[in-house]
Amino acid sequence: MLYSTDWSVIPNNMGLFLKGVLLTLEISVLALLFSIPIGIIVGLLRISRNKIVSFVATAYVEVMRGIPLLVLLFWIFFVMGQFLRLGPYWSAVLGLATFSGAFVAEIVRAGIQSVPKGQMEAARSSGMTYTQAMRLIILPQAFRKVLPPLASQFIILIKDSSLVSVISVVDLTLIAKNLVATSFRSLEVWTFVALLYFLITFTLSQIIRYFEKKYQVSE
Amino acid sequence: MISIKNVQKTFGNHKVLEDINLEVSQSQIFALIGPSGAGKSTLIRTINALEPIDEGDIIVDGISIHDKKTNINAARTEIGFVFQSFNLYPFLTALENVTIAPINVKKMNNSEAEEKGKKLLSMLGLESKFQSYPSQLSGGQQQRVAIARALAMDPKVMLFDEPTSALDPEMINEVLDSIRSLAKTGMTMIVVTHEMGFAKEICDQIVFMADGKIVEVAPPEKFFSNPSTERAKGFLSKVLNH
Repeated sequence: MLYSTDWSVIPNNMGLFLKGVLLTLEISVLALLFSIPIGIIVGLLRISRNKIVSFVATAYVEVMRGIPLLVLLFWIFFVMGQFLRLGPYWSAVLGLATFSGAFVAEIVRAGIQSVPKGQMEAARSSGMTYTQAMRLIILPQAFRKVLPPLASQFIILIKDSSLVSVISVVDLTLIAKNLVATSFRSLEVWTFVALLYFLITFTLSQIIRYFEKKYQVSE
Repeated sequence: MISIKNVQKTFGNHKVLEDINLEVSQSQIFALIGPSGAGKSTLIRTINALEPIDEGDIIVDGISIHDKKTNINAARTEIGFVFQSFNLYPFLTALENVTIAPINVKKMNNSEAEEKGKKLLSMLGLESKFQSYPSQLSGGQQQRVAIARALAMDPKVMLFDEPTSALDPEMINEVLDSIRSLAKTGMTMIVVTHEMGFAKEICDQIVFMADGKIVEVAPPEKFFSNPSTERAKGFLSKVLNH
């Protein structure tokens, strides 16, 4: 029997979709905002000359990269969340942020190390402290270099956020799942949801492309 | 002004600096010359502690540079350093390259720092390049911006590490001219250089290094006409006879 499509399920539930999109965006943006400072700090600690500090930072990156996000989300929600009373929403944000932060850290580290050594030497020889040299000279250059990989990482983060539906966060994916369960319109719903995710990530990559162009001084 | 006492430095078991002693008085200009690998660059980089030393003492304007108790950041503001490869900040304009340290290290206010920066850049013939980025400048112009950047901190001494070695031949003179005009202001300077004519013309003393040691220190008239060591004679015969 042929599947006859009925797209009315989409406009009829537009409010629900919108709610899902908003929650997906909310969680992703929060996780993104937390993963940037995590990434910068861990990335800086990774290149610290203090062996213990760099070991701890490296261990963090390795552990986060080695655990599937799904398992991490379960662990935060069912284990840690029980002690901290985090609830699904903050468990999701925490899981995504710590997970993504490890990848951002690697990007930040690579970016810093791609800045020629002479830049740090020039900054230090003019009397800047290590911190000033990092903040004023190295990080601005590293930032320009890491925009493209950072963009990919943030797109991955948004797509990964669909996993939070398994700890009962009512994001776009869970709303779609529930809608399919009641309407049986899987083709229409999942196609539309795929389109929505694409629109979100495509918009983000365009925004980042704009910044890339803006900061592209002819080096 | 600069006093280098018994400095030793090794990389692994290779002695890169051995028993280095040198006294540079106020307003004197010293040229460091010698074959590559002699330790010239290493030595000049120890004077502002870009390179650590194993033993000895380096005192600049009364400050012991390698003493752990010394605030090295404050000490470095007294020592201007110019690199072979310029090391300008590529994302900042020429003027911003010059003002960023005065604003952030000396806490100078922006307009004062800009005024000073413009004055320095103009003095070095770059009055039309304030807003240019390093990539839009020639090598000679970039190196002059780097000199202005070092001067912006009002250093008491200036160190030049092969300032013309990365330049196309036609640009060497504009940079040497800048250093010449600086010499006239009475700035204390040490210049690592391969420009023998320049060394002869502006320097008070020639310091000849080889194999991590200072082999000979002499005024240029004497050094170039009648060096007292065989090592220096051999070096000069190679660099001067062409």
